[in-house]
Amino acid sequence: MARTTNQVSRRDVLRAGGRGAALAGLGVTGAVLVIQHRDAPGELVWQIDPEKCTACGNCETHCVLTPSAVKCLHTHVMCGRCGFCFGYYDLRGGSEAHAGVEYQLCPTDAIRREYLGGPYFEYLIEEADCIACGLCVKGCTGSGNGSLYLQVRHPMPAALRGATPDGTCVNCNQCAIAVACPSDAFVRVPASDPYPFRRLGGAAH
Amino acid sequence: MTALATLLALALLPAQSPQQPSRYPPPELGPDYVEPATAFPPLRDLVPPLLDVAILVAALAVATWLGHRWRRRTALWFLTLASVAWFGFVRAGCVCPVGSLQNVAEALADSSAPLLPATALFFVVPLITALFYGRTFCGSVCPLGAVQELVLVKPLSIPAPLAAGLALLPLVYLHLAVLFAVTDSGFLICRYDPFVGFFRMGATVNILVVGGALLLISAFVGRPYCRFLCPYGVLLGWAAKLSRRRITIAPTACTNCRLCEGTCPYGAITEPNVATLGGERFRGRRTLATVLLLAPLLVVGLGAAAAGLGPALARGNPRVALAEQVAAEDAGLLRETTDASDVFRASGESVASLNAKADALRSDFVLGGWIGGGLIGLVIALRLIGLSVRRTRRDYQADRELCLACGRCFEWCPVEHERRGTTAEGSVRR
Repeated sequence: MARTTNQVSRRDVLRAGGRGAALAGLGVTGAVLVIQHRDAPGELVWQIDPEKCTACGNCETHCVLTPSAVKCLHTHVMCGRCGFCFGYYDLRGGSEAHAGVEYQLCPTDAIRREYLGGPYFEYLIEEADCIACGLCVKGCTGSGNGSLYLQVRHPMPAALRGATPDGTCVNCNQCAIAVACPSDAFVRVPASDPYPFRRLGGAAH
Repeated sequence: MTALATLLALALLPAQSPQQPSRYPPPELGPDYVEPATAFPPLRDLVPPLLDVAILVAALAVATWLGHRWRRRTALWFLTLASVAWFGFVRAGCVCPVGSLQNVAEALADSSAPLLPATALFFVVPLITALFYGRTFCGSVCPLGAVQELVLVKPLSIPAPLAAGLALLPLVYLHLAVLFAVTDSGFLICRYDPFVGFFRMGATVNILVVGGALLLISAFVGRPYCRFLCPYGVLLGWAAKLSRRRITIAPTACTNCRLCEGTCPYGAITEPNVATLGGERFRGRRTLATVLLLAPLLVVGLGAAAAGLGPALARGNPRVALAEQVAAEDAGLLRETTDASDVFRASGESVASLNAKADALRSDFVLGGWIGGGLIGLVIALRLIGLSVRRTRRDYQADRELCLACGRCFEWCPVEHERRGTTAEGSVRR
């Protein structure tokens, strides 16, 4: 029963049928998805909802990058400019009178403290040095005004970022920190506006 | 003493949020004071999503053309290198077609889950290509495959039955990945991606160790991840089985010279069997009958087994894990609380509502187990049926499902060298 190459075998017919069915299946799936997701918001990126964040420290340790793509930001408009800052000093420092270098919270010295006059100080975050340990956020949120907060820093257009160091988030399909986040604080937000939370007093782009 | 009292009072304060009045009101700092500004710029894309898809389509087109028309191993090798560089190191992995299957599964199960058009296209474009031209995506486009391809120095041959057995693992992985994605329990394929850590130059130690070990194995066993783990490869393999055109070893008629025998590191070359078959096509009739009788048992048995594992697997879901943690704390079995259980207790959600959610998830895992396990049983049954039906093979062919279009066999084929006008001795390279 020798067959010449031009003949169409039963297998070829079956295969063509299977292929047609597979394409139809993909088409139907595609149609369902298009109908379900026609209001999709476009490109999305990961972000932290500061109201849910508990500054547990997982942002430092669970990001696929070292140092983490998460950085501490400062909502200056909320800041009390305290001399004894709970984000800057460990509570065990006791009081302003005893505040010393050995009681500074930040393990990488990423908070710059500048005297403003009177009893007031400005606290500026050096994002390049921040490792997202959240110690300052925990102190400030727990005992102070809660003006320090953690955010995922995304790659920025050079013209719009000013002196801010570029964000490093690689936008993993599944954010490794989101998996480890104890309070479900990681959400996906539109890439056109990656910082929808806490924009009080921040520079508009 | 006062210091201690202050300390206690401060520690007991409720957490501050921007809606509340400040504990320490911001001072008036005079008209000259300029408040420091924070930059909130939009995302700078490495490449716009649609260009990203266009690059994938272009790479697939080149891979397909190289595998089916130009037929040069060297050119395919360079494309592999380019894919590792671009899809791996530059683009740093996400989103990739392998991972995108989870986004699609999640989006089908939950219409509120985000699914971007680019992600859906990353899922579907390699599949459609495979339906027409076979697994050219695996061969030289997929960065995970490509990195293994590049380190393969001394391929050892694996006994066919062992390879066939190990090839069932991707089915299990696919089942688990889809189960976790549709129950919103996380993306397993991404979490346990062995190579993306190298591309990003950073990952947990465990993943780097597993990835390193897998790369070491890849030097001697052709593409262990692709053949024995990759869940997307299962779908591509099925698509390739139905493909319109296949990669052929010889460009025209095979002369059965046997030079390509053993050259495929992926065990994808099937040898002619006319000599051993002796015309008895239905010699496996009895086996076939047994397999057909066993098939329903296999489907139900594996479905029941996977469903039985459901409640245990459900612990991989953070909500179920939290429910169990809270239950254990309440029963006094655990003295240490976790961050998640602290947050839960502060949230005011009732334990009953958490338990209801966890129960719903557990039953989803059981149902998913029946479906997934049953389908795995069906696939195994079909494979056994395929084995017991004897098919006449007259020449050396690349198996549609297993061939990854790497192009090694082309270089051994004298018919191919005739086509190119080179002699077989002149330019042979493995």
